[in-house]
Amino acid sequence: MASTKSSIPFTGTPEQERELMAVIAEHKEQQGALMPVLQKAQDIYGYLPIEVQEMVAAGLGVPLEEVYGVSTFYSQFSLFPKGEYRISVCLGTACYVKGSGAVFDRLSEKLGIKNGECTADKKFSLDACRCIGACGLAPVLTVNDEVYGKLTPDDVDKILAKYA
Amino acid sequence: MENVNIKINGMPYSVPNGITILEACQMNGIRVPTLCYLKEINEIGACRMCVVEVKGARSLAAACVYPVNDGMEVTTNSPALQKSRKATLELLLSNHNRSCLSCVRSGDCELQRLCHEYGVDNEERYTGEKTPSEIDDSAPHMYRDNSKCILCRRCVAACDKLQSVGVIGANQRGFKTHIGCAFDQDLADVACVSCGQCIVACPTGALSEKDDTDKVWAALNDPTKHVVVNTAPSIRVTLGEAFGMPIGTNVTGKMVAALRRLGFAKVFDTDVGADLTIVEEANEFVERVQNGGKLPMITSCSPGWVKFCEHNFPDFIDNLSSCKSPQQMFGAVVKTWYAEKNGLDPKDIVVVSIMPCTAKKFEVGRDDEDAAGVPDVDIALTTRELARMINRAGIEFAALPDEEFDVPLGIASGAGHIFGATGGVMEAALRTAVETLTGDKLEKLDFTDVRGTKGIKEASYHVAGIDVKVAVVSGLANARALLEKVQKGEAEYHFIEVMACPGGCVNGGGQPTQPASVRNFTDLAGIRAKALYDADAGLELRQSHKSPVMKVLYDEYFGKPGSHKAHEVLHTTYVARSRF
Ligand code: SF4
Ligand code: SF4
Ligand code: FES
Repeated sequence: MASTKSSIPFTGTPEQERELMAVIAEHKEQQGALMPVLQKAQDIYGYLPIEVQEMVAAGLGVPLEEVYGVSTFYSQFSLFPKGEYRISVCLGTACYVKGSGAVFDRLSEKLGIKNGECTADKKFSLDACRCIGACGLAPVLTVNDEVYGKLTPDDVDKILAKYA
Repeated sequence: MENVNIKINGMPYSVPNGITILEACQMNGIRVPTLCYLKEINEIGACRMCVVEVKGARSLAAACVYPVNDGMEVTTNSPALQKSRKATLELLLSNHNRSCLSCVRSGDCELQRLCHEYGVDNEERYTGEKTPSEIDDSAPHMYRDNSKCILCRRCVAACDKLQSVGVIGANQRGFKTHIGCAFDQDLADVACVSCGQCIVACPTGALSEKDDTDKVWAALNDPTKHVVVNTAPSIRVTLGEAFGMPIGTNVTGKMVAALRRLGFAKVFDTDVGADLTIVEEANEFVERVQNGGKLPMITSCSPGWVKFCEHNFPDFIDNLSSCKSPQQMFGAVVKTWYAEKNGLDPKDIVVVSIMPCTAKKFEVGRDDEDAAGVPDVDIALTTRELARMINRAGIEFAALPDEEFDVPLGIASGAGHIFGATGGVMEAALRTAVETLTGDKLEKLDFTDVRGTKGIKEASYHVAGIDVKVAVVSGLANARALLEKVQKGEAEYHFIEVMACPGGCVNGGGQPTQPASVRNFTDLAGIRAKALYDADAGLELRQSHKSPVMKVLYDEYFGKPGSHKAHEVLHTTYVARSRF
């Protein structure tokens, strides 16, 4: 398995760490503390890299693998930061049958990142998402709040160029 | 406990209240197939292989977790159950790499056996994509091939519950679910201690020791090499299982004969290394007690434990005995004293050890385990790999005559034998240390308080005016619990023995695998250990320091225990490692 450790350097601040420690201290003794602590940790850091998960594991006294298992079981958690431009490709049924899979694959190839990941310069992140209700424009993607529709894989370059 | 009356397949039985249907069946000679269930550590009712019909219940019940109650009527083998189990197996196979012909577990795979029993002939019943997987061969001791994993989580339970290591678990969900380490790192990059308990827990060929037999074949066929083998204490009472013999059969003589037929120049006994460990370790202990050294002293024979300590209790590194393990002491003696005596260049000697343990494969590559400038031990094989070599060489194990170890490094004491069981190192050390401390001959050599497979044992002995408090633990979860108590000042000892595997080396991660149907209902460690204690009891020589070999080694080479030379050759150092 290729490791899912983020190659983007961790830039957590002492304030964030203090905040996390307070959350851990608050939940430490309670049953099922891991979920709420991870949710707060994601709020604090925006994502859950190994550095953060190690703090959670050490703080709650549970194995790191247990923390990681939970963080990959629920789709609400992300192991990677979000980019300045967050690209979401709809893989809902309507978009998918119209070929959004190929659009997604082209983006993934161009950016060199997989689903959920972020480019090393933190510029772009890529996510597959469920139906966003713009089926008439299928296949669609969004970059932050902007919507692009009726796409083919060849449109990808143009869209990326706009944000480069 | 009160008994309840139940019926299984129409027959009446009286069984203790509160036990599971599976246990009730087992007690009465009915085998219900299981896959995910491991008693006490993996009672998750996940695989649905053990389903049975309970009269009046709406759906099929998982026998492994469903308790019996009075008047219960259970059916274990109806056509509907057979169909359900068969479908379960077919679904498992649909995502399984079915390379049974060459699989390391072919013949003792629990999945294979069940498929055979249930006549699963249409392996392609459910076709489609398979979960992508890669082989993790990063660690020196094992392979993980998730293409053969059935997600029973037995390995996860062994690592977490028995060992409190917890470096493996289920990642992702649904079709992508796979067993791996945090952030899908390689096993070599996390705090795995190489104990192999996950391997012996695995029902399939997904986990296996790293097979080093090819290296041994190559050495045996290299005329420039002098290849010496040594066998750990416990191998003699477990190797027979790999050839279908009852658990606890002592096969020392046949094991030696087989090794000789494989072509080893000398067949020696790691027990000599164990005797040497005791002489050095008892001396180290007496010195620490008399000179205010670091206490409690903790044994260092178990490389899984040593690595666990380095990762999780770096503060205790100075408490570890500086003695090398018996395997490493043995190798060091072969490459120094034995080489000199026989005019051999240590570079031309290959030391192979047969170990109950996968962590020994890690240990041979540790720093500071190279007394003669070359590794003390070259190759560590598990009991399973030795059995594989014997089979491939066409040796009919059961038909072999009983033969004796070669001299002199094959003459060992009974104290060396019992190293293979939890409490054995402590008892062996006490047999020597008490005599050293009091100066009198020890009348009673049996220290029964430290025997038995209990996870944590304590005892206190009044020796030469001191109350010597000792503790013996096996299974790393127990070790963690005990050390945390010591850390908090809730317990105090002079001497602690730790073995990484529950029950000690007899239950090591390199031992012949026993299916869950046996393991769940048999005291494997206890039965195997008994064979070692029996062997010890039958010997004249039962104290390490009285071994004639020790006399020769110290007279000719080391001078006295703890000497400068002894430290150079027989002692080692440890390093703190990351907690994660
Ligand atoms: S070898 Fe031991 S420590 Fe390593 S993963 Fe297996 S059970 Fe856990
Ligand atoms: S590796 Fe083996 S023990 Fe672990 S989950 Fe897979 S099949 Fe079960
Ligand atoms: S559910 Fe009972 S053995 Fe798996």
